[in-house]
Formats: sequence, C-alpha cells, structure tokens
Amino acid sequence: MLKIGVLGLQGSVVEHISMLQRISEVQPIIVKTKKDIESIDALIIPGGESTTIGKLLEDFSLIDLLATRINAGMPVWGTCAGMILLAKKISNHGKTFLNVMDIQVRRNAYGSQLDSFHTTANIPEVSDSPIPLVFIRAPYVEKVWNDVEVLVKVNGKIVACRQKHMLATSFHPELTNDLSFHTYFIEKMVKPRISSLV
Amino acid sequence: MNERYELNKNLAQMLKGGVIMDVVNAEQAQIAEKAGAVAVMALERVPADIRKQGGVARMSDPKLIKEIKAAVSIPVMAKVRIGHFVEAQILEAIGIDYIDESEVLTPADEEFHINKHTFNIPFVCGARNLGEALRRIGEGASMIRTKGEAGTGNVVEAVRHMRTMMSQIRKLQNMPKEELMTAAKEMGAPYDLVVWVAEHGKLPVVNFAAGGIATPADAALMMQLGSEGVFVGSGIFKSGEPEKRARAIVKATTYYNDPNVLAEVSEDLGEAMYSLEISQIDKDNLYAERGW
Repeated sequence: MLKIGVLGLQGSVVEHISMLQRISEVQPIIVKTKKDIESIDALIIPGGESTTIGKLLEDFSLIDLLATRINAGMPVWGTCAGMILLAKKISNHGKTFLNVMDIQVRRNAYGSQLDSFHTTANIPEVSDSPIPLVFIRAPYVEKVWNDVEVLVKVNGKIVACRQKHMLATSFHPELTNDLSFHTYFIEKMVKPRISSLV
Repeated sequence: MNERYELNKNLAQMLKGGVIMDVVNAEQAQIAEKAGAVAVMALERVPADIRKQGGVARMSDPKLIKEIKAAVSIPVMAKVRIGHFVEAQILEAIGIDYIDESEVLTPADEEFHINKHTFNIPFVCGARNLGEALRRIGEGASMIRTKGEAGTGNVVEAVRHMRTMMSQIRKLQNMPKEELMTAAKEMGAPYDLVVWVAEHGKLPVVNFAAGGIATPADAALMMQLGSEGVFVGSGIFKSGEPEKRARAIVKATTYYNDPNVLAEVSEDLGEAMYSLEISQIDKDNLYAERGW
C-alpha cells in the first residue's frame, strides 16, 4: 500500500481523501504532525487559505521537515493554496513558505469570489479526455524556470505545471468527480519514485 | 446559475477547518489575517456592542467594507439584515466574497428571507435546527452556520444548535424512505433536500459554528461536535489580548482533537470577553429567535 498524505491543517482535506480512497493500493492519511510527515510516501497539499496553512506550518515547525523531504525527492502535489506554498516566488506576497518549486505565482490572481469560474481543458500528459477545472479565488503561475514543464494554460495563463517530483495546479480536481489528476499523480509520479527506491 | 451555486459552495469548502473573525476596521483585519484567519467578517460593531448600544443594526458603511477588503488578501464577508435584498445588492456591487444574512442585525422582513438564487455572490445563513438550515439552503444559501447567541461569550446555544442539527441528521439517516415526506413536512424543509441529507448523512453545504465562541476550548468543542469550522465574533477583539487569542483559536480549530495542543494554546491568554448568562437576557434581545 502506498501511504499518500493529505496535509490536514485547513481546507479541502476530506475531498482529497475521498478521491484517494477510490484508487486501489492507496492508503490516504491526514497529515498534521512531524510523525505523520515522516511516515508518508507522498503528499498532497490541498486548497484552502495559503496564509492560514502557511502560518500553521510555521507555528508548529513543520516547514523544515517538509521542505527537506520534498527536496530529497518525496512526490508532492499542491492544489491552489498548495501551489502557493510550494513556490519559490510569490508576486504579491512578501515571503514564501516551503520554497521548493521553481515557479513564480500570483495569489488570488483572478479577483474576488465573483470571478471564480469553471472550465474544461485537454491535458494530453494527464488524460485522453477533457478534464473539468474549478478555479476558486485561484492563483496562476507567472513564470517558470529551470526544468519546470508547463502542463496546461487557460486564457494564456499557466495553471498546471510539473518539476520532476513536484506538481502544482491552480485548480481543484478534488472538487470534481474526475480522478485523472489523482491517478496521474499516483501512477506517473509516486509509483515510479517508489520502484526506483526498491 | 447552477454552476455559480457550485462555485459558491466550493468556496465554503476552502474555508473548512478555519476561523472566520469579526473585524471593525482595516487594522483589526490585518491582525486577523496575520493570526491565520481564513476570512474576515467586516462590520461596524461587533455583536457585543450591538447588544449594549441597542437601536437598529444595519449593513455596514460600504466605505468601511472597501477599506477592509483593500487591507487583506483573504476572503471578506459582510452582513445584511434578514430579508433586506437591497443591502445584498449593494454588497454584491462592491464585490466582496460572501454575504451573511444575519440575525445579529435587526431583521428588515419578519416573514421572508432573501431569495438568494437571484444573486451571483454566495450567502451564509444561521440556523438552529435542520429544518431551518434546509429552508435557507432551499432559498439558495451556500453555507450554513449555527446561530448560537451572538455577543454573549456563552457557547451554550451554539452547542444546542449543532447537537440538534447533528441528531436530526442521524435520525433522517435511519428512516425508511416512506417516512421522509412526513419528516419534511414536520420540519418545514424542502423534500428533495431532506432526501439528500438522509442519503448522505450531512448537509449539502459546509456547516460552521457561530455565536458565543470565546475560547480555544469553545472552538475545539464545536469542531468535536461536528462543525467544519468556526466564526468568532466578539470573542477576539473584545478580549484582553486579541492577537494572542486569535492565534490560539486558529490552532485549536486545526488541532481540535489533540488535548496537548489545546492545553498549550489555552495558557495565559489574558481576559476573555465580557460575557452574559442567556437566561438573564431580555427575550426581545435573543438574536437566535430571529429568522423564520
């Protein structure tokens, strides 16, 4: 069984857990402590408020351990707030959080809740069928560097990208019924990593 | 319309596990954001002051709401009076993130709530029981909170409302289908929503606790009773050390199941807000009775 953690400090935690429960050979775990972080094979950082999750990561001294594990190759996927937490640069925020992925993101880039939207896109790397994308007060990526690969743009803005074992999406696959991104993360990012360790 | 409603329910999902704090100016909003609030409720007077000062409590000055919106990056909510759909039109025009159709303000309509389906902006509404919650959802609310008794620093009513909702949900789950129509009739709730709750064992929207939460322990209590997050009104900025208390309540809401964390964050918080025994409040001043 693969132990897939979902950072459980705040936000759409149970939504990710129930998506993971639909995938075989996966044991989803809510991650709140250092002990939890040490026990997992990969981590999903859910949507929520990045300032809140970031603050709790700092207050409970989880940043260093998490960043160390990610830098050592643990697969990680951030949705929305999670993308902001992974970034090395945040355009409209003074500081960064985990500081691990070579992307520059703009927080809350589309405006207020009235600007939240839903669309679909073809992302050949992830699925053969169009994927529903839900953007809630979402960020987007303004710049990528080094070996970051852009997976999809919506209205000219980068909204999904991957750098080796790190995946970041502006949108929330956990709020839809579509399992494509969760399957992609497990099959293409977690399993190859685990077999390379054996 | 349906897609907009889904997006609005989705925003509430992003707030789960978090604390929404009442603030009366930009400075308090920044303190709340720094302490880890997931959203702020912008208003002129916190419920404790509305209670003390009396008079008609209305929607806040749009200028104040805009100042608070400009000061923070987290979602901003604001209150309108029950049934006052023009106040809601004004808040939608300002472009805030969520409207609270709230019993804390003086009701503008003693029979009807706002038809929230006609708005693009999401609404949260208070409820004391499952029937009330489902009536609000039927009108288009995309998030529910307990009413509690705001501005009292007394959590007893919020506990009553959360326990009532949870117990009614459990009862529906155990009913055979032929009993659901009568259940819907008895609680005055739309039948399709009653059926949904019976099948899923929860509300179709996110459910927070509000009204009287004053300490980290109160917040954790509401979470353990099944709440998905908390609103803290007067409890923070009417206390001795708002910043410290705000941070403590945020931590307690996340680690609500960990007594060691709760013990640690409850220490040395200074004085809690001035509080009230519910039985000592004049019946006309019980806010939870407002709404229909």
